[in-house]
Amino acid sequence: MFSDYSTAELLSIFAMQGFAGLILFSVFVLMALGLAIIFGQMGVINMAHGEFMILGAYVTYLISNLFSEYMPALFSMYFFLAMIVAFFVTGALGAFVEWAMIRHLYKRPLDTLLATWGLSLILQQTYRTVFGAREVGVSLPDWLMGSVPLTDIIEIPINGLFVMGLTLIISVAVYLLMYKSQFGGQVRAVVQNRPMAGAVGINTEKTDRFTFALGCGIAGIAGSAFTMVGSTGPTAGQLYIVDTFLVVVFGGAQSLLGTIASAFTISQAQSTMEFFLSGSMAKVLTLLVVVGILMLRPQGLFALKIRH
Amino acid sequence: MNTPPLIKPLKRFTRRSCIHLAAIFATSLLTPAIAGAEVNTTGLAVTDKDVTVGILHSVTGTMAISETGSVQAEKLAIKQINEMGGVLGRQIKYIQEDGASDWPTFAEKSKKLLVNDKVAAVFGCWTSASRKAVLPVFEQYNGMLYYPTFYEGLEQSPNVIYTGQEATQQIIAGIDWVVKEKGAKKFFLLGSDYIWPRTSNKIARKHIEKLGLKVVGEEYYPLGHTQFNSVINKIKLKKPDVIYAIVVGGSNVAFYKQLKAAGIDMTKEKPVLLTISVTEDEIRGIGGENIDGAYAAMKYFQSLPNDNNKAFVKAFKEMWGDDIVIGDVTQAAYLGPWLWKAAVEKAGSFDIDKIRAASPGIELTTAPEGYVRIHENHHLWSKTRVGLAGKDGQYKVVYETKELMEPDPFPKGYQ
Repeated sequence: MFSDYSTAELLSIFAMQGFAGLILFSVFVLMALGLAIIFGQMGVINMAHGEFMILGAYVTYLISNLFSEYMPALFSMYFFLAMIVAFFVTGALGAFVEWAMIRHLYKRPLDTLLATWGLSLILQQTYRTVFGAREVGVSLPDWLMGSVPLTDIIEIPINGLFVMGLTLIISVAVYLLMYKSQFGGQVRAVVQNRPMAGAVGINTEKTDRFTFALGCGIAGIAGSAFTMVGSTGPTAGQLYIVDTFLVVVFGGAQSLLGTIASAFTISQAQSTMEFFLSGSMAKVLTLLVVVGILMLRPQGLFALKIRH
Repeated sequence: MNTPPLIKPLKRFTRRSCIHLAAIFATSLLTPAIAGAEVNTTGLAVTDKDVTVGILHSVTGTMAISETGSVQAEKLAIKQINEMGGVLGRQIKYIQEDGASDWPTFAEKSKKLLVNDKVAAVFGCWTSASRKAVLPVFEQYNGMLYYPTFYEGLEQSPNVIYTGQEATQQIIAGIDWVVKEKGAKKFFLLGSDYIWPRTSNKIARKHIEKLGLKVVGEEYYPLGHTQFNSVINKIKLKKPDVIYAIVVGGSNVAFYKQLKAAGIDMTKEKPVLLTISVTEDEIRGIGGENIDGAYAAMKYFQSLPNDNNKAFVKAFKEMWGDDIVIGDVTQAAYLGPWLWKAAVEKAGSFDIDKIRAASPGIELTTAPEGYVRIHENHHLWSKTRVGLAGKDGQYKVVYETKELMEPDPFPKGYQ
């Protein structure tokens, strides 16, 4: 298969391919972090995770329109503001959903599956009514498009670099928040033993609400970032949900580090196989391997701690 | 329902003819009207004043993105026909049902339209899957479906008129053009993983190889796939002259954005990107700046300069708003009601069997795409065009076939 190419060509293609794997890795981590908090830490099977992401994308769309209409001079910077607003808007919706729906279901974790699936349908139809059934085109500032040519063949997509940087920042922030801050301690305490956490003076309801809102907010940032690489439409969230759960479940639901490790494994395996096989085959093989490993190590699959 | 022969000349005023007259009078109370009975012997929803048809598309669910345009086009055509006096003097009323992007729902709703509502024709369906789901219903209850989408061919039903192009019409002209105009020798075929892209690429590959040229890669990605970096690397390695892309849906947006981000500049000489799956509708989601310089081969572009099309675009925007775009399938959907009207008028009847017999040979000189004619095989003779995508999200027509392309749903040697 490679006999027609020179060594230099092959080396640069492998470099590019490694980079493609890294981008996929960042995308997976970004998708999965929010769910890792909600599903891994809280035990809520949030089927509406993709729709929260798309809300972030729609917020980005609105803000980009706002800027191009009223502040075209600042258009190149709108993306940062969009991500921050997306975080707060989806976080706020998350807090509301937690208050209205999720908090009644902590004792019945499997029911969250149905409830949030219903929520995802409601959100999809809402987007369709508000923004129309068609996909919307989010225009990006020029500096986010195109690529940096390193050599003749190696070209690094700028939006890929951007996603990687963003993923790094958010992962570090989430790590610090969950493992180094008082809030993180409270979250973990509530997950492990709710009555006991309450007894030592932790406001468990507030902690739950903040945790859920945080997970949704991160989904919003992810959605906002994905306007660079994907589509923004009422049902686009569905494109991400399977991969997201795959990453979280495969990594072992309760470990953030596991999520990152699993994102790395799956993304590298998939992008390498995509290069040697066809896209569909790569997906099939990835899923097969994941299923095989989960059979041997089932603690990943739905081994979440259910609150009793 | 059997109706007696219409008024025979009465030779003598006899007791028998009196009874006969009475009988006719009685039947005329049962059937809407004598004239109604004449043009409608199978009990369709036709009265003296109006005729009811069905519109069956998804307005909710994933496919709503694509099917909304078709619904709008069909309603526009119906409105215009009504303003011109209707069909055989009858105003068209429509019953709209939602297929909800779910194929069993399509089947169920089509049964409702044919059996309960007794509609005279149905304009609808979009994906091949939805068409395959309703096909048995239309054949069992003898309905007539006008199907607008370009599709993979390999089908020819007596109960369907296909107003979009089948695969060979779209593909062969496009490839011939890119070979002649761009000197293309190496092709990379890419598609979403389902029947239409796979069949189309099979036809494309056969044709490319028949021309003595080379396919350097053929790849499929699952529907909804959003990461195309690996295949883009492969394309860079293989250095094809033409990327032949049949990616659909949300994947489209991801593919073109990532192609651009990876530094493949389609406005340059090579590689040429040729697609048969991106209409003006899809560009709205992709963004004109991301697909600038790509070519598409299909039968209709909104920018076609003929007078029919100018009037059509104007009427469409008046009815549905200024910022709307019109893609290939939308135009094909617009043809449906007009072709049906022509068939009914040629047959002098709303009966499905008579429409079927009358349909082949029907011409439409007022079609936005120019001239079309129904082939014996229920597909349309039509021209194929190549358009160049621009930043404004519109295609500029750079080529059109001199002759009408013959529809050939079962191409020999291409299967």
